[in-house]
This record gives sequence, structure tokens and C-alpha cells, in this order.
Amino acid sequence: MEIFKADVVIVGGGGAGLRAAIAVAESDPALKIALVSKVYPMRSHTVAAEGGAAGVKKPSDSFDYHFHDTVGGGDWLCEQDVVEYFVEQAPVELTQLEHWGCPWSRTEDGHVNVRAFGGMKIERTWFAADKSGFHILHTLFQTSIKYPSIKRFDEHFCVDLLEEDGRCQGVVVIEMGTGEFSMIEAASVIIATGGAGRVFRESTLGGIVTGDGMALAYRHGVALRDMEFVQYHPTCMPVTGLLFTEACRGEGGFLVNKDGYRYLQDYGLGPLPDKPKNKYMELGPRDRLSQAFFFEQQKGRTIEHPTLGSVVHLDLRHLGEAHLRERLPLIYEMAETFMGLDPAKDPIPVRPGVHYTMGGIKVDGNCAASLPGLYAIGECSSVGIHGANRLGSNSLTELLVFGKVAGVAAAKNARSAAPGNSASLLKQAQAIEQRVMALKTRTGGTERIAGIRKEMAQTMEDGCGIYRMQDTMQATCDKLAELRERFKNISIDDKSSVWNTDWLTAIELDYQLDVAQSMAHSAINRKESRGAHQRLDGYELRDDVAFLKHSEAYYVAGGAPRIVLGDVKITKSQPAARAYGAAGEKADQERKESNV
Amino acid sequence: MSENHKIIEIEVLRYNPESDDEPHLEVYKVPFSDDMSVLQGAQYIKDNFDGSLTFRWSCRMAICGSCGMMINGIPKLSCETFLRDYYPSRIRIEAMANFPIEKDLVVDLSGFIEKLESIQPYIIAKEPRTLEQGEYLQTPEEFNRYIQFTSCINCTLCYAACPQFGLNPDFIGPAAIALLHRYNMDSRDGAAAQRMELVASEEGVFNCSAVGYCSEVCPKHVDPANAVNINKTNAAKDYFLRFLSPKGGSK
Repeated sequence: MEIFKADVVIVGGGGAGLRAAIAVAESDPALKIALVSKVYPMRSHTVAAEGGAAGVKKPSDSFDYHFHDTVGGGDWLCEQDVVEYFVEQAPVELTQLEHWGCPWSRTEDGHVNVRAFGGMKIERTWFAADKSGFHILHTLFQTSIKYPSIKRFDEHFCVDLLEEDGRCQGVVVIEMGTGEFSMIEAASVIIATGGAGRVFRESTLGGIVTGDGMALAYRHGVALRDMEFVQYHPTCMPVTGLLFTEACRGEGGFLVNKDGYRYLQDYGLGPLPDKPKNKYMELGPRDRLSQAFFFEQQKGRTIEHPTLGSVVHLDLRHLGEAHLRERLPLIYEMAETFMGLDPAKDPIPVRPGVHYTMGGIKVDGNCAASLPGLYAIGECSSVGIHGANRLGSNSLTELLVFGKVAGVAAAKNARSAAPGNSASLLKQAQAIEQRVMALKTRTGGTERIAGIRKEMAQTMEDGCGIYRMQDTMQATCDKLAELRERFKNISIDDKSSVWNTDWLTAIELDYQLDVAQSMAHSAINRKESRGAHQRLDGYELRDDVAFLKHSEAYYVAGGAPRIVLGDVKITKSQPAARAYGAAGEKADQERKESNV
Repeated sequence: MSENHKIIEIEVLRYNPESDDEPHLEVYKVPFSDDMSVLQGAQYIKDNFDGSLTFRWSCRMAICGSCGMMINGIPKLSCETFLRDYYPSRIRIEAMANFPIEKDLVVDLSGFIEKLESIQPYIIAKEPRTLEQGEYLQTPEEFNRYIQFTSCINCTLCYAACPQFGLNPDFIGPAAIALLHRYNMDSRDGAAAQRMELVASEEGVFNCSAVGYCSEVCPKHVDPANAVNINKTNAAKDYFLRFLSPKGGSK
């Protein structure tokens, strides 16, 4: 087995991983960095983020406003001290990205422009047309090439963490092109593997979004926090789930039902203002908009499409072709190519789809997990800024702010850590290799990977969708336990070494089943409704007495996870009614008066 | 998928270096609906007929750049190419031309990645600025000078289309030159002169025979042929100026 000695190893080469790598390189050029990614970094799913990244920009805005939007948007399940740090660092990091060449869209006078986004009181979303994630990712990837201390392990697949003396000390990876295993030793390990939304059926996500890093940390005893909070994005392409960015609404798009009626005014987001107004109507938060779709469907007011199913219309026609081509070029092309529509002439059929995992690997404000030496950043982590519902455009900024924090913390840890016992780590790595190889070489399995994957995705949608009930969640928990059993009988067609994606997909499915279980069990345990976790079985209200708490899921080998409730850090925003539209404005006013 | 689906024949160039002497075609009969992409056709084969079929893919929306392949001989992204447009004829999918095949539809991209790394694809600031000084300003004219060349998704379809890259794998090639040009044209950058050596080198722009097929297949309208062309002119000017100016042409 090849051995590579690094100081910091980063698993995941998306926005968070790349930002962390650069932070390590800048904080100490002498440190060796290994950047592991199962795809070339610029393929990472950061690439598909469209709308933009939030950071205070306008003189009329303030850190305090961004803080309150985020904490209220998260239904008070955020770590407020972490949010305070986040909003203050956001503009610094976005400016840093500008210096590195990110082509942010500009105003006529040459300054970076900002657009409106859901749940945000003031326009503060920095954007690069509607390819913000693409440009952030490519800028970071290209900038990372500048630093000779970053050694990339492109198309390397991480199969386990090495743990010794109570510390995380490295990882074991497979080179996908050859099937060969390597051990990467490092005193600091940063997980930046992104979300897990592909455990659901209809999602906006790429095939690589399989929760690998979450499962790895979880199996090593680290809690997965708030996993029941899964974001449904309200405007996705039916069937494929591909995303039509929230910026469609930020730019002034409408959502209408089969009668052409802007139905959001019936769901606490109105009354209908004369012109687009922040935190009103289509500029409400994602959880509320997806929930409104559910009720429109119940009322029979959605459009029943012969092949697309139940949809509503995203109407951009009034924005005009020129504006759409400038601000939303990707959306324009997607509508044309994938749906045969001209968004300047036709409304776009949309419905909610799974988009984001608010929860993840539990870490503190320094991005450190409970296992010393282990850090997590980005969507795979739960550092505490999203709470029960993430506001659009906070996550791209999160990658930058906490990518840097983790890089600096990991570098510091690597400098002070005692050297590891290489011989003993190698022994562990060899045992891991044997275990992972056994999955490939075993014969006689009868379960197809695609079969189990499909059943998992269907049961997650049935039990952990926009609205949840005790009996369907229980059925999902039971089904996942059954699939866990059946996975033991998996069949892998491909026995070769070179580029064996059949085998790697099976390993991913194994990760996904663990993550799915953490979601379903956290959900059934939360007997209240908050943010993206909404119940219709007697727990329709938020219950701050019992559940102003984080859910922490702990791995139990061969069984259901153990769920523990953890405290939420509150600094300056006491839980209040979460309101938007006119009701929200009134609540804001009252809060202000009570603070005077 | 609807019940009354149609069946399309997909012919796939298969190659497993551990068991095959050379690539060969295999045909699969795939049921499909009108919304299915060629990528979904390949996924159907992998999920239902043969798990060993190997190809790269991720985003499904033509932005990650993973899923390029030859589709009836033309380099395309398989996620945004639809089976309905070929039915009832048989469709053939093969690994991207001009690259070594690693397995089935997966080609070796390491050469391309090295080229990307070689062009200094990052801002080398003309006038360094601290974060406290805030952002650089860019007028709409300055912005429009480079923005088109930022859209490259590194799918390498232009390399599969480029006859000269086929002849000389060392040619830096369309996408890398377009990216180089993107940084040269950015008002924040001051390193065009440093990059000129590569532009004019043996691996540089003069390999191009101006066929223009790279721009034709580009799914993001980056127009790499234009970037190559401009740099031919720049390199020629630079060469000429070297003779006139004792300091050399690059400024």
C-alpha cells in the first residue's frame, strides 16, 4: 500500500475543501496538504449552485439584520454565537474571492452588485449571473493551483478514517483509475464532502452527493446533528428535480397555481405588495414556499400535467428576454434544452425537490468535531448557522467563511500534534483494505445496487417529505432497517480493478443507508414542527419547551441510531413567532421597540 | 417512465483493459421516454443490464462538465442530449476522441489537467490590494472583455473536436488557451507577459490550423477558437516587437 505523509488531509474538493486547502497553505507554507476528491475538484457539486452568496454590502444593511434573518429563518435552532461570527466574516470572504478573480456581476459604476433573496430583509446576495457556484468553484480551484504545498488526489475515493490514540490521524483512499489503496497520514483531517440529498428520490443534486463524509464521521462515533431538517427547494424541474434558482424570484418571478393566482398570499406571506418586497410572497423562505405547494396540491389547485405530475408555474415572462438572458442565462438555457420552453414566453412548470441537508457532522465554532484532529465544513457539517431551515445564499458563504476557519484550525493542530505511530496506522489501513475488498470479491449476492437505492429513495420521500406523520416515518425507519439487512446480500457485477464504479457505488450506497437512518430516526423523535420538519399528526406547532434542542444521532452498529437532544446556543435573539409578509414586519417592529 | 415506452438500441464502445485486447461495440435495447437523456440511457444500462459499464457523470444539468462523450461521432454532453432525437435509429456512444481510453467511456484527462495548471490560471495582481481596501472596480467594458471566457466547464469536448490535438497531444489546446486568455483580459491581472512564453511556445497557439470545430461543439459558447486566434495575433506582434525593442515585446 502506498503511504503519503501529510500534515492536513482534506476529503472533498468542492468550495469548502478548496477554501480550507488555501487557508492551510497561506497560514503555513511548510505544511503538506493532501486534497482528496472522488471527482476532479471542478466537478464538485458547488458547481451547480446558482443564485449567489450572502454578505452585507449595502449601507442600508447591517450585520444585525443578516443575523436576525438567519436565526429567524432557521426557526431559532441556530448556534447564535456562530451566526454572529459568520455574518461579520461574510463580506470579507466574498471580497477575498473578488480579489482572486471571481466574476461577480457588477453595477454600472463597477462595484459588485447584490440581489434580493428569500427571507433576507435587505438585498445582500452577491451573484455571478446565475452561475455563482460554478464561478466560485472554478475561481477557488484555479487559485489553489498557485500553492505548491497542495497535493491533489483527484479521483480518489475515501473509504475510512484512521483513528489512533483517540485522535483522527488520516484516511484510506482508493485511486479510482487503478483500484489501488493508499494511506494518507495526517494530524488533521478535514471532511468537506458535501450533502446527502441523493438519499431522496427527486432532488436537485448531482450523483456524487451521497453523504460519504457524514457516514465516515458517524461510524467513528461523531454525532450527526439536526439530520431531520432536509430542505425542499420550491422551484425544481419536475421528474429530474433540476434546480431553477431562487434568484428567479429574487429578480421578480411569480409563483402561480392553476388559476393563475399567486397563492403564496394565502399562506402568511402576503398581502400582495405592489412591487417585489423582501420577505413577502415569492421572497419568503424555502420551507414556507414548499409547504404552501403541498397545501395547494391538497386543495386541488396545482396544475395536473400528464407527464410531469402536479406542478405550479414559475412565471418569469414579465421580466423580459433581455433581463433574463443577462441575469438568469443558465435558467434560460435549461428551460430551453430540458423542457423545450422559452421562459420569456412560457411559464415554467415547477415543484419542490430535495435540495440541501441543514444538518451534518456536529462541530464547534472552530469546525472541530468531538474526535480530536477531525474537522468538518460545508454541507456535510453542522456548525450551526442554518438551524431548522437554511436561507438561500447563506451556504455558499458558509463554504468560504468556515473553510478558512477550519484550514487555520487544522494547520494549528497539525503543528502541535505529536507524531503518529505509522506502523500501527498501516496495520489499520490494511485491515480496512481487506474489508473493502471483501465487498467487491464476494460472490453469490442477489440484490442489485439500483434496486436498494430506489427503494431507499422512495421510502425517504414517503416518510421524510415536506410533511411528516408518525406512521409513515415509522414505516421508513422499518424499511431502512430492512434495506440495511438486504445490503449484506448485494451483488457487484464488476470484479475488475480499473475504474470499478460498480463497487464504489455500492460503498456509497452503504454510506447513504447510514445517513438515511440518521435522518429518519431524528425525524420521528422530534415531536413538534419547526422549519423544514413539519408534522401533521398532532405535533403541528413548535414546542420550545421540549424541542428548542438539537437532535444528535449516534451510530449504533447493526441497529437504529441513538438520538440525544443537545442544547442550542442563544445570545441575543430569544425565540419568537416566525413570521413573514405583513405579519413579519409587525413582529420586527415589536422586537425593535422592546429592545429600545 | 410511462408504461407504453419505446425501445431504442444503444451501441456502446466497451473496453476493459484487464480483459479486452481492444475496444469493441455492444448493443443494448433500452426502453425510454421522451424526456430521457443519453446519460440516462447509459444509467439504465448500468442499473439493469451490466453494472460494469463505466462513465463519468454528476450534475445532470450541463455545468459540472463530467459526461462528455462521442454521440454518433460528435462530441457532446450526454446529459443534455436526448434519446428522442435519435429514435428510431440506433445511437452509438463512444469515449471522447483524441484521449486515451481508461475504461469504457472514461478517458485519461491527466494531460488536460496538467495543461490547465501550466497556464497560471489565477490572478497575478497588477496592483495588489488589501481586503480592507475592498473590491477592485470593473467597468462594464472591462467586465465584458473577459466574461465570456470564464464560462468554460472543462468538459474537454473541444479537445475531442480538435484535429491538431489529435495529431499533437502536447498542444495546450482550446480550453486551456481560452482560460489563459480569460486571465490575460481581466483588468485585475498583470501577468499577460508571463503567460506569453507559453502562448508562443511549441505547444502553443501556432499548432492551431483554424478549423474552428472546437467552438462549434462548445456547450457553453466560450468560443475558444476566437481566444486562440486573438493570441496568435498577440504572439506574432510580440515576436515582431522583440526585434524592435531592446526590452523585448511583452510589456
